[in-house]
Amino acid sequence: MASTKKKTKKSNATKTISNSNPEPTLDDMKKLYEEMLLIRRFEEKAGQLYGMGLIGGFCHLYIGQEAVVTGIQSVQEEGDTVVTTYRDHAHMLAQGMTPEGVMAELTGREGGYSRGKGGSMHMFSQEKGFFGGHGIVGASTSIGTGLGFAHQYRNDGGVAVAYMGDGSANQGQVAECYNMAALWKLPVLYVIENNQYGMGTSTARHAAGQLYARGQGYGIPGEQIDGMDVFSVQNAARQALDYVRTGNGPYILEVMTYRFRGHSMSDPANYRTKEEVDGKKNEDPIIQLRNVMMDQHNVKEEDLKSIDKEIKARVKKAAEFAENSPELAPEELYTDVLIEVE
Amino acid sequence: MTIQILMPALSPTMTEGNLAKWLKAEGDTVESGDVIAEIETDKATMEVEAVDEGVIGKILIEAGTENVAVNAPIAILLEEGESASDIDANASTAAPTPQAEETATETAVSTSSDTASQPPKQQEGAHVKNRDVLYAQGAVIEPPVFDEEPFMASTETQTVRVALRDAMAEEMRGDDDIYMLGEEIAEYNGAYKVTEGMLDEFGSRRVIDTPITEHGFAGLAVGSAMNGLKPIVEFMTFNFAMQAIDHIINSAAKTLYMAGGQLGCPIVFRGPNGSASRVGAQHSQCYASWYAHVPGLKVVSPWNAADAKGLLKAAIRDPNPVVFLENELMYGQSFEVPTDPDYVIPIGRAKIEREGSDVTIVALSIMVGRALEAAEKLAEQGIDAEVINLRTVRPLDRHTILESVKKTNRIVSCEEGFPFAGIGAEIAALIGEHAFDYLDAPLKRIAAADVPLPYAAGLEKLAIPQTEQIIHAAKEVCYAD
Repeated sequence: MASTKKKTKKSNATKTISNSNPEPTLDDMKKLYEEMLLIRRFEEKAGQLYGMGLIGGFCHLYIGQEAVVTGIQSVQEEGDTVVTTYRDHAHMLAQGMTPEGVMAELTGREGGYSRGKGGSMHMFSQEKGFFGGHGIVGASTSIGTGLGFAHQYRNDGGVAVAYMGDGSANQGQVAECYNMAALWKLPVLYVIENNQYGMGTSTARHAAGQLYARGQGYGIPGEQIDGMDVFSVQNAARQALDYVRTGNGPYILEVMTYRFRGHSMSDPANYRTKEEVDGKKNEDPIIQLRNVMMDQHNVKEEDLKSIDKEIKARVKKAAEFAENSPELAPEELYTDVLIEVE
Repeated sequence: MTIQILMPALSPTMTEGNLAKWLKAEGDTVESGDVIAEIETDKATMEVEAVDEGVIGKILIEAGTENVAVNAPIAILLEEGESASDIDANASTAAPTPQAEETATETAVSTSSDTASQPPKQQEGAHVKNRDVLYAQGAVIEPPVFDEEPFMASTETQTVRVALRDAMAEEMRGDDDIYMLGEEIAEYNGAYKVTEGMLDEFGSRRVIDTPITEHGFAGLAVGSAMNGLKPIVEFMTFNFAMQAIDHIINSAAKTLYMAGGQLGCPIVFRGPNGSASRVGAQHSQCYASWYAHVPGLKVVSPWNAADAKGLLKAAIRDPNPVVFLENELMYGQSFEVPTDPDYVIPIGRAKIEREGSDVTIVALSIMVGRALEAAEKLAEQGIDAEVINLRTVRPLDRHTILESVKKTNRIVSCEEGFPFAGIGAEIAALIGEHAFDYLDAPLKRIAAADVPLPYAAGLEKLAIPQTEQIIHAAKEVCYAD
């Protein structure tokens, strides 16, 4: 297992859930490694294209947080739905959307998931069960609760995974949704990606109490887990999803993570010390997994290098696609406002 | 001196009710707070509590009497030392009630004005491809094709309230993906009884009482629409939708565009809009121009029961987010409604309610009735007004308005909202851009006074546009004063 020790806190401990997590095989580990690395390299490339002026506006990178989405989405089931905030590139990749389509949306081109009309913060794929990409902090929680409502209404066995950040957790609508989801036992897994800063304001300055425990008054169990260790995320998510899927109502996972970059590309992140950031980099989720594979499973440096090479090639291909895809024709300015009725 | 017990008003808009039951008989002693009778309105059943102490001397209105005017004496209470012989012979004479008078003018406005003349000539409309793309570019195009006449061959008399309910029930019967949610819509049967009986017919899976949590349940509904359902969201009033406006605009209206056309949001946000009766500034705003400002939304505002039925069905069937603005004062009014379940009024098409040649009066929602009333009075003074019921605010049927102005060369707009950047301002811009040379007089806008709505009865009446103002404005643009 991973090298860091487990740091798990729970609220509503009476709601115990099954404790059977399978030991990951080496193949499982390689898959997780590839997915995290794809996100890392994708985001690095996005940062680079931003610097070159090919990506505009806001661009919020996920570097450092890879284990969160990778761990959770690795244990979802077909038909589950996902919604998140504006730091969304990784969620789309983990949901099986193509790097080409996501990157081309970042460059605002026709080949992007929203044909260039949405941008970094607004992408969707009904086919892959991904419902945005929302630029309004807190909105993903309500929309995710509605996704869960639809699963329950249709009785299709699906679960909605609604991501928010530590900043979103303070929005009033989050409390409103906890109430309704608990009242109606909606199949929603709320994931709070606590990267410890709501933009430039640390949790110590913006959040009273513990975020995972905020469901307590509604009877929603919550748990705080280590988000730098993909296995810890995976195990907690597996059990939480099982709890939600079997009709018990919502569950809150607060995943402690850290972004190695600023809030967005235009944020110099002066509110954090170099020492703090460097200290967190020692917990890099990708390096942690890499060490486990090398130390405990005799994986060789060359094996990992070949994975790296393959991922780099995929990202390069996506970037080329995104640079070469054309912008939409001017007359498309007026399309997609409404669905034609006649 | 004996005390008259008067028929109480149970809500600001109640003008009459049924005296369902007496819980005290003549000769019974009552103390203040005792329930003495039960009263029903079309919205609710409520208990009447005694205010004063004494003995019921005489019951003036029998149990089971319908349509008892508010403020009419219903019983006489004897105070200590008094007997039945003290009852004043005149006690049963009801004092005239101002509210009752108001309803009389309100209900006097009906489509009966057309009985003598031919029904107004409606344009046929046109089938246009990419209509929404053209609207987005500001094009003036003929409205969608619709022939209303055949539907009017078979009608029944319904209140606006019942027409709205029937529209929802009929659509829900045919499509399990449609469900409704809102505050007090299920077990309470609707704060204004619009959803009466829905829970009984469709059950709690499809008719859902929410907590008082507008932001949250609007967002929830949007999420469910993205995931394949077709929610009808009732706001108890649109004033409360201010809490939810982020989801209406940022999450519902913009998604299709932000998704490059891939993911839509079929949803209806409905509820009463505008002022009711003396409920003060926070409960009395018209939001037509707010929502009409936003691309990606359709905004509909019915006037009568036929509008309510045909437009709500259209809104529910529409794959886009639709804001459906009702009016509380219209809920209890009755009109003829086509019985054909396929009576679905196309969104984006206005209706000429009264044909005329001297001046165009454009109105929406409750103002249509006042405009028609104004037109009748103008006719007595030799001015022949054409009245257009907008029905849809966005996309605005600009073609019908322009054609009318080109004919009459004069126009007055009427709305209940504030004047600044209101619907009338938009109509003024439309005329300025497309019919400037046709105008024989500067246009006039009738709108609410540019102040938060006051509570005091006299001031409130001054703030909300009345028929007299419409008449005055029409005469001004006709230089008839």
